[in-house]
Amino acid sequence: MVNDLSRRSFLTRAGGAVSAVWLSAHWPAIVAAAEHAHQAAKSSAPGKFQFFTPEEAAEIDAITARIIPTDQTPGAREAGVVYFIDRALTTFAVGDQKTYRDGLPSLQARVREVLPNVDKFSSATSEQQDQVLHTFGDEVGPGARNVRRRGGGSFFATLRVHTITGFLIDPDSGGNRGGVGWKVIGREPEHMFQPPFGYYDKDYAGWQPNPPDAEKSKA
Amino acid sequence: MTPDLPKYKTSDEVDFVIVGSGAAGGIMAKELSTNGFRVVVLEQGPYLTESDFVHDETKIIGEDLLTNKPKLQPTSFRKTPSEKAKPQRAVVYGRCVGGTSVHFTANFWRFHEIDFIERSKVGAVPGADLRDWPITYADLEPYYTKVEWEIGVSGLAGASPFDPPRSKPYPMPPLPVKSSGVIFERAARKLGWHPFPAPMAILSQPRAGRSACTNCGFCLAFGCEVGAKSSSLATAIRVAEKTGRCEIRPNSYVHRIEMDSNGRVSGAVYFDDKRNTHLQKAKAVVVCANGAETPRLLLLSANKQFPNGLANSSGIVGKYLMLNSGGVTNAVFEQPLNDYKGFAVSRLIHDFYELDHEKVGFYGGGGIDARFDFTPIGFAMGGLPPGTPAWGKVFKNTLANNFNRTMELFCHGTSLAVETNSFSLDPDLKDAWGLPALCLTYRDHPDDLKLWAWQFLSSSIQATSDR
Repeated sequence: MVNDLSRRSFLTRAGGAVSAVWLSAHWPAIVAAAEHAHQAAKSSAPGKFQFFTPEEAAEIDAITARIIPTDQTPGAREAGVVYFIDRALTTFAVGDQKTYRDGLPSLQARVREVLPNVDKFSSATSEQQDQVLHTFGDEVGPGARNVRRRGGGSFFATLRVHTITGFLIDPDSGGNRGGVGWKVIGREPEHMFQPPFGYYDKDYAGWQPNPPDAEKSKA
Repeated sequence: MTPDLPKYKTSDEVDFVIVGSGAAGGIMAKELSTNGFRVVVLEQGPYLTESDFVHDETKIIGEDLLTNKPKLQPTSFRKTPSEKAKPQRAVVYGRCVGGTSVHFTANFWRFHEIDFIERSKVGAVPGADLRDWPITYADLEPYYTKVEWEIGVSGLAGASPFDPPRSKPYPMPPLPVKSSGVIFERAARKLGWHPFPAPMAILSQPRAGRSACTNCGFCLAFGCEVGAKSSSLATAIRVAEKTGRCEIRPNSYVHRIEMDSNGRVSGAVYFDDKRNTHLQKAKAVVVCANGAETPRLLLLSANKQFPNGLANSSGIVGKYLMLNSGGVTNAVFEQPLNDYKGFAVSRLIHDFYELDHEKVGFYGGGGIDARFDFTPIGFAMGGLPPGTPAWGKVFKNTLANNFNRTMELFCHGTSLAVETNSFSLDPDLKDAWGLPALCLTYRDHPDDLKLWAWQFLSSSIQATSDR
């Protein structure tokens, strides 16, 4: 088992949460998508949009497919993220409608600026699409916890949050169609589990007491 | 589920009004009502129950279903009193019946003996104001035991050599160990430290009509849909309601404690959900509105006789705020830990609870626990290594690889008492009811930052100790 541990790959995040104030706000700032209850956000038949026009939906779908691309495993497109976002904008995320209304034309302007020979985002190649999206680069930050303020976020930052949400939300909550997002990240679909949970606890020999004469040595 | 409630009229002078229904308010409601008193609990949030506790991250976290609402209840923040505070989310607390105990991690450590006698044992710390408590650990020990047995705490007595004395073991065995706990335990032992099963206020066995933990994986920040988390909602509140003498009145936002001409409290003034104002008469008011709203309410209740607010002859209401410092180190392993299954924490160490300040050069201490407290969306937003792209193929692949291979080492540390660290009333910012918003003033004491750096180093050493 010690050898298994020695293959531990790498140490990652060096706690950004220095301040106690940051700590108290540690988890809640992460998903800023919603304002109202949204049982309405259940799956509807593909192809029917309530907020987007079919043309707009094609553009949004193309962007979500670059945020979480399809490769050997499903991406945002297979999870039906564009449908999740469409429903979100008419239910619990109505406050973000303007961000999309203003954002789509500005995206179009960026496409024309970066790709003079391409008429719209969805008809560009993947490489070209990434090129356009990289112009938003500084708006989504380094992938840190503070994604954006509630409401009034930039178009791409908002779309990124909505895409991730639509890909990874509990499938019972109206996104993550077929649970494909959870499959991709290795989250089993059940909501009830029994130990052993993972590789490192499956051969656990059981609790062994600390030495009884353990010296309470201070550092 | 709610039995026949006594619907006290606001004009009925009940024995006690309790403001807040969380860890403190719930216990007060239970103790007072089971001892024959007539009690009204005024809770600003809604009365949610198990069926409301879904696993929808947008609803629970994005919409703050269980917590204070930043849009209705804005707050402000500044580092020092000389600054103008800026609107910012400064505090998160449970805003529902059961309060923060509904969504908390459920870590359930006791204080140690040193916590009560720091000043006399350590002496003065420059820039801080250490004081001894007026009671000792021994005074409190019977009550720790009572709480552990009444609400249900899982743990293993005697497993930590640093544990203070206890009169009774835990009422039930520890929760199962997670992969993060096994890795942590092995690394800690290798370093000569003393890991032990985390005491958690989560049932490892069925108890009092409540289910044992089903390891659903939506624990921190979520309410427990099977009642396994030993919140006030799942425990004390239900006992209180069964007496027939305690009314839990949700959606009741207390904003003033009323006082008569003799300077005696006569009741609590609150808004109902339609923003109508009521006065619930009472012989006594117990303020259990958490560390932020309690001082705010006392300050909001200032009157002619007490212009600086109630219970504030000392002038220190809201001051000397101690938040608990902390830092997180993540590690990613080759094989799946699947640490998303279950509660957050299964092992911890207290080897650094009481550091030798002369040796390390600063005052403080704490514990380090092994955990995974992310849910899927939260992990994608905040659990990836620094420098990971925010979108695209590498983002997706890192997410796919790391989600079930990541664990966290969470360092809990001292926050020294500093007078200027405080909650106060913002002079300009108002909440949706037109009342002064909470202002948080906070700057870490230099020793708190040294402790943080020291703990971070220790946890990193631990994370790499089997290299």
